[in-house]
Formats: sequence, structure tokens, C-alpha cells
Amino acid sequence: MSGEEIKIGIDKELNLKGKICPYTFIETMLTLEEMEPEEVLRVIVDYPPAACEVPQSLKNEGYEILEVRPTKGTDWVIIVKNKEIE
Amino acid sequence: MKFSDEQIHRYSRQMILPGIGGKGQRKLMEAKVLITGAGGLGSPAAIYLAAAGVGTIGLADFDRVELHNLQRQILHKTDDLGRLKVESGRETLESLNPEVKVQTYSDRIVSANIREIIKGYDLVLDGSDNFPTRFLVNDACYFERKTLISGAILRFDGQLSTFKPHAGGPCYRCLFPEPPPPGMVPSCQEAGVLGAVAGVIGILQANEALKEILGLGESMAGRFLMFNALNLSFHEVKIAKNSNCPLCGENPKIKELIEYLQVCQA
Repeated sequence: MSGEEIKIGIDKELNLKGKICPYTFIETMLTLEEMEPEEVLRVIVDYPPAACEVPQSLKNEGYEILEVRPTKGTDWVIIVKNKEIE
Repeated sequence: MKFSDEQIHRYSRQMILPGIGGKGQRKLMEAKVLITGAGGLGSPAAIYLAAAGVGTIGLADFDRVELHNLQRQILHKTDDLGRLKVESGRETLESLNPEVKVQTYSDRIVSANIREIIKGYDLVLDGSDNFPTRFLVNDACYFERKTLISGAILRFDGQLSTFKPHAGGPCYRCLFPEPPPPGMVPSCQEAGVLGAVAGVIGILQANEALKEILGLGESMAGRFLMFNALNLSFHEVKIAKNSNCPLCGENPKIKELIEYLQVCQA
């Protein structure tokens, strides 16, 4: 996949700019809990530790992280896939 | 139900725990826990359950606050002397977490009213200080198929277990078929109790109640914990369902609630 941008269908976007940890993770998780299984959420954060901590915490909870990358300025995008039906 | 920003802030440190999240927090907010006895065990238990956001907490106690209670019954303060414990307890819990609904029962718990009271709850946490009530609460929980988190303290010792006979585990009578003869086991009034021992056991009861509500971890059902403060030791023994149990055994003798005589009320 080197150099190629992955095309991912986004079902929902969550803007968490201005929010700090742990609320970035909690609000991401609450949003995922309300989404359909395997739907994809794009999260935007601008709190630097969140770019690392949110994906790690989501992984620990069993979510699949599809992408984490910096965008403009201090913003980061985290793309996460919801769990399958439990 | 959507969480408010305030709720997310209030519960954030437990919502980030593995296995809790929004779903677990909702379970806590929908849970109804009855606490029998707003004293040494019920006080710390109620405070932690309210802090965790357990939606409805029932407090049952007919006593009023006395000075000698304050050494361990941390729901109550010096200004509360003479007030009903359930009223002072309600005030403490509501000031800690106004989201919690506190139901109070200031009549003595007896065979005529206990089943009606516990019917409306998911789980019962027993913090009573006498054997007649302890057995009554156990029997009523059995008949109403409610999980019972049982705690007891005396001097420097404490005990803890969870009874879920409706889920296959033992009940309190599997261990102790009948109350001891009056006077055989001294009360806290006669023998004393270290306040922090009440805190240890009451908080463990809250811990087990939260686990039962959340469906997390290893239940204390079928396990009996003994604590000694002087050695700072915890010992655990496995307990099995007793087929000869007079209440939940194969040929039960007890078919309805029994009112044991209350003597030397502490």
C-alpha cells in the first residue's frame, strides 16, 4: 500500500478540537457505541497527546484503527472502525 | 440516553476503564440498590455507589444518629445528631451526587414489609448489625431472587460474601443455617469495632455491587472473605451450596419469612 491513499468510506465525523484527554477518548467511544457495527468514524483532534492516546485506548477496547495522520496545523485525523456485533 | 458534558466529566475516570465505557455507565445509572442499615457498612458503601452514579439507592434504617455512631458511620455528621439516619444519609448522598435518587425507609424492616421493599431493587447490600435482620434479609432475597452482597464486622475483623442462590450459588443459610442463640455472639455495642474495619468491608461491598451491576470480574458468589485488621490479612475460602440448607436446599423447611426475636439491640 506504499504511497497509495486508502479510500475509506466515512459514516460519521466527530470534531473534538479543543477537547483534552480523557474526554477525547470517551466521546469517541460514546459515539462508536451509538453507531452501527463496522461503521467508520473519522475523529479530528488538536490536543497533541490525543493523537497517540486515543488510538491506543481504542485498540485496547477492541476497535480497529484504520488511519492516524496529521492534517493541517495541529490537527490530527483518526479513522476508526466500529466493532462487529458483540 | 445521551450523556451530558457534566456526566462525562463526573464519571470520566471510570468510563475510560476497560469494560465500562458508556454502556457500563448506563447500567450503573439504571441500577437500583437497596442498602439495609445506614450505619458502619452502609455508609461507605452508599457513598461509593452514589459517587459511581448508581441511579437509585434505597436506604433502610429506623435508627436515629447518636454520638457513638460517628466513629464509623460516615454518612452522618455531628450536626445530624438526633436525626433519622436515612434522612441524614439522603442529604449526604444527594450533596455528593444530585443525580442519584435516594429512597428512604425509616420503618423497621420486618417480615411484613421486606419483600415489598426489595421487590423494586436489582440488588441488596446488607449492612445490618444484628442476626434477626441478617437472616430476614437473606431469606427475603432468596424468595425474591435478588443478589445479596453481605458484610459483617466485629472488633478488628470483617467478613464478606455475595449470595446468589437463584444463579446456583449458596445462600447465607448454607453457611449458617440458624442464628446463634441470643447473647452468644456479642454486638458491636458490647465488643466494639474499629471504624476503619467498617470502611474496609463496606467499600468492598460497594466494589462487589458495582461488579455485579457491570458484569465484570470474578463474583464473590461461592467465596467467603475474612479480613483481620491487626494482621492486615485477607483469607478466602470457597463455599458451596448446602443440599441440606433449610432455605435453598433440596428439602427446604423454611417456606416463608421467619421473624427472629430481636434482643439487646445495639
